[in-house]
Amino acid sequence: MKTTMPQTVTPEIPNPPQRLLSYFEDGGQTLGSWLLTTDHKRIGILYLYSILVFFVIAAIAAAMMRMELLTPAGDMVTSQTYNKLFTMHGTLMVWFFLIPSIPSVLGNFLVPLMLGARDLAFPKLNLLSWYLFNLGGLLALYAVAFGGVDTGWTFYEPYSSAFSNSHVVTMIAGVFVAGFSSILTGLNFIVSIHKLRAPGLTWFKLPLFLWSTYATSIILVLATPVLAMTLVLVATEKIWGLGIFDPKLGGDPVLFQHLFWFYSHPAVYVMILPGMGVISELITCFSRKPIFGYHFVAFSSVAIALIGFFVWGHHMFVSSQSVYAGLVFSLLSYLVAVPSAIKVFNWTMTLYRGRIHFDTPMLYALAFIGLFMVGGLTGLFLAALGFDVHVHGTYFVVAHFHYIMVGGMVTAFLGGLHYWWPKITGRLYPENLGRLAALIIFIGFNVTFLPQFVVGYLGMPRRYHAYAPEFQIFNVMSSAGASILGIGYLLPLIYLIWSLKNGKKAPPNPWKATGLEWQTPSPPPKQNFAQTPIVTQKPYQYSPEIEEELIHG
Amino acid sequence: MADAPTGLAEQYDDMLQQREASTLGMWTFLATEVLFFGGLFLSYTIYRHAYSDAFAEAGRHVKIVYGTINTALLLTSSLTMSLAIHAAQSGRQRALLGFLAATMFLGCCFLGVKGLEYKSDIDEHLVPGAQFQHGLPAQAQIFWFLYWVTTGVHSLHLLVGIGALGVIAWMARKGKFSAAYHNPVVMSGLYWHFVDVIWVWLYALFYLVNRH
Amino acid sequence: MIRTEVQIVPRKTYVGVWVVLMLLLALNCGLAEVDLGPFNLVASLTIAFAQALLMLVYLMHARYETTLTRLFVAVGFIWLLIMFDLTLSDYLTRGGLPGTLRDSWKHGAWPTATHKMDSP
Repeated sequence: MKTTMPQTVTPEIPNPPQRLLSYFEDGGQTLGSWLLTTDHKRIGILYLYSILVFFVIAAIAAAMMRMELLTPAGDMVTSQTYNKLFTMHGTLMVWFFLIPSIPSVLGNFLVPLMLGARDLAFPKLNLLSWYLFNLGGLLALYAVAFGGVDTGWTFYEPYSSAFSNSHVVTMIAGVFVAGFSSILTGLNFIVSIHKLRAPGLTWFKLPLFLWSTYATSIILVLATPVLAMTLVLVATEKIWGLGIFDPKLGGDPVLFQHLFWFYSHPAVYVMILPGMGVISELITCFSRKPIFGYHFVAFSSVAIALIGFFVWGHHMFVSSQSVYAGLVFSLLSYLVAVPSAIKVFNWTMTLYRGRIHFDTPMLYALAFIGLFMVGGLTGLFLAALGFDVHVHGTYFVVAHFHYIMVGGMVTAFLGGLHYWWPKITGRLYPENLGRLAALIIFIGFNVTFLPQFVVGYLGMPRRYHAYAPEFQIFNVMSSAGASILGIGYLLPLIYLIWSLKNGKKAPPNPWKATGLEWQTPSPPPKQNFAQTPIVTQKPYQYSPEIEEELIHG
Repeated sequence: MADAPTGLAEQYDDMLQQREASTLGMWTFLATEVLFFGGLFLSYTIYRHAYSDAFAEAGRHVKIVYGTINTALLLTSSLTMSLAIHAAQSGRQRALLGFLAATMFLGCCFLGVKGLEYKSDIDEHLVPGAQFQHGLPAQAQIFWFLYWVTTGVHSLHLLVGIGALGVIAWMARKGKFSAAYHNPVVMSGLYWHFVDVIWVWLYALFYLVNRH
Repeated sequence: MIRTEVQIVPRKTYVGVWVVLMLLLALNCGLAEVDLGPFNLVASLTIAFAQALLMLVYLMHARYETTLTRLFVAVGFIWLLIMFDLTLSDYLTRGGLPGTLRDSWKHGAWPTATHKMDSP
């Protein structure tokens, strides 16, 4: 492929008579124009604001926990307050930051652009889902502010219904409402990807981000309703005073765990699959090479989503579920490693002999691969029945899922945000500061969570505000790392906001990337494209030899 | 898009694309509903398997007459709903309104009968809790808990369905639909039928336990 | 752009399906009064399945839709099967190994915890 410019062909538009207004200008900047918008790009930005608020609040809870854990004695907050802190951190991070992060912010913004469509299939539902999300978030914040919840984000029965005196019902209501927001978003993406593809854009010409978004949407749509019903049952049980998980009547709390993890394990993949999609885009763009094994990467997303529904029991190895079931779940859990590994191999092969450019998004992408591998491989440890019994409920588990969710998803989110920032805002961010922040985050993250593997393996249980003195050194390291990580996260927040006014104006395609979203002005016009694009070629037709001089040219 | 046919949203190229998208969207939504009720069905299965005797005992107190009348009402409402769709497709606006009204009426009858049934359940102390009927095994409360939650959630769905049909009927009165554009009628019909499908299972699971 | 229009299902199909549905209801109700042992459950679920299928296929037009839509019709039920299947893999194999598993949850042998049921 000798061409250097985008390989998806837009019909020649001989300089449209007048410039199309960007989505910022079209419709004005009134509050109403934002709050009543059905434009997927504006809704994506609304989501960005919302999740930022929840991220900050949840991060403050994390900071307080890390401060408490500086010393072995439980001296800063009481155990009850500590319970509420980790519940707040978990609930807000999972449902109000991670799950909507890439799908609802970047997904909303990018899915129609990548499809060459004018909007999502159901724009009003899309706006509704933002309102539901915020309503759920407000309920959750109400529960946090007026007394807190102490059950952990998992709401395990029978503690949550029969014993906890905290605001469980309000929190559950918040998660329930936010769940419908997820369902609507997933539904919108599924239908859009099926029905709104531009002429010529067949499934195997789709960008890999869309494949992973599609896989994510399958999970959102098929898993979330089970959570909704489970939460209804818990809330009814709490209000009524008795219910079907209540051992006193002969109910089985383990059934709650089955229902909860039938949702929550697939939901864990909602917290990584979209990140994988972003990374596939970044790796190929900054290696200036077509992705290695496009079909494998595409199908591995779907495979992860599917297999993700068969493995939930690995959270319940010590819950007194049948050992036979445990064996089955353990075996099935190993299977998920196959598509995940396929992705890592393909990314690595894409890097091989590529012209690698270490721009900020690429730094995040490389960090993602490393951190995801650590998180993924320790996941295999935990999927092993015998080993899991040893480390269940310890910091080993905490470290494992933070490597996936923070090291994976948050890193991918930041990488994607930087990559598409010029498209979203029409401004370039300061590149050197960006690289510095990426480096600080990578260091801070590892200093925070690597010691937790060790301390967890040595037997420090999670969810306690006091611990044995011999664990202090690891906890001090962890807390120190968390401060570095905090600074790392603060930096992009500052310079990205700064760039909104002061950044250089972005050209339509600052990265010389392929993909339909780069063929429209930055920021895009309200209708996305002056004319519906017609796609004729495969995605990612990068050519390393020719493009070398172009990228920073 | 000045010459776009009425009812075509800007993100679609033609009516067929729009219709297929909303059909797909509605079925996706219904799939979520299957799993929403699925949690209840799974709980029911586990406990019925574990406590078959208690469930048999508890099931004897369910009012089958109300349940059977209600099933007949809902099945008939599905017929009128289908006829409403047929009327919409062939552009007969008066018939459409009439069948929508009949469907909503049958739905309301269902809720009325359900109310009567709930009342007699309460009178017979079949609400789990301290007042629960003596003489029934403890696990019978699980059956009745599931009965209340499942039928309650189902009734809520029916209420939403009646509300949706109300909006559709109002739109039909305003002359929004034609033989060319009547997608909302078909979509609300899908939802209505689905609520009926769920009920058929509830009937088999809650009303037909140990009748003989 | 001219593309094929919707197929309108004739009214007699709807009426026919309704008649069958009502007959199945009568059958279901009647069979429940006869003692068939474990087959009472089988019978009532089979009839419910038949009724649901009739509604999905004819009233909800699954029969007249594209393959894609039909797949979406099926997918919710397939996922329900996954949920049932793996959860039952736990419940149906509990108590298999003496000493390592309890099946006491079935017999109400739970430690009676101080339960807050009475508090408001």
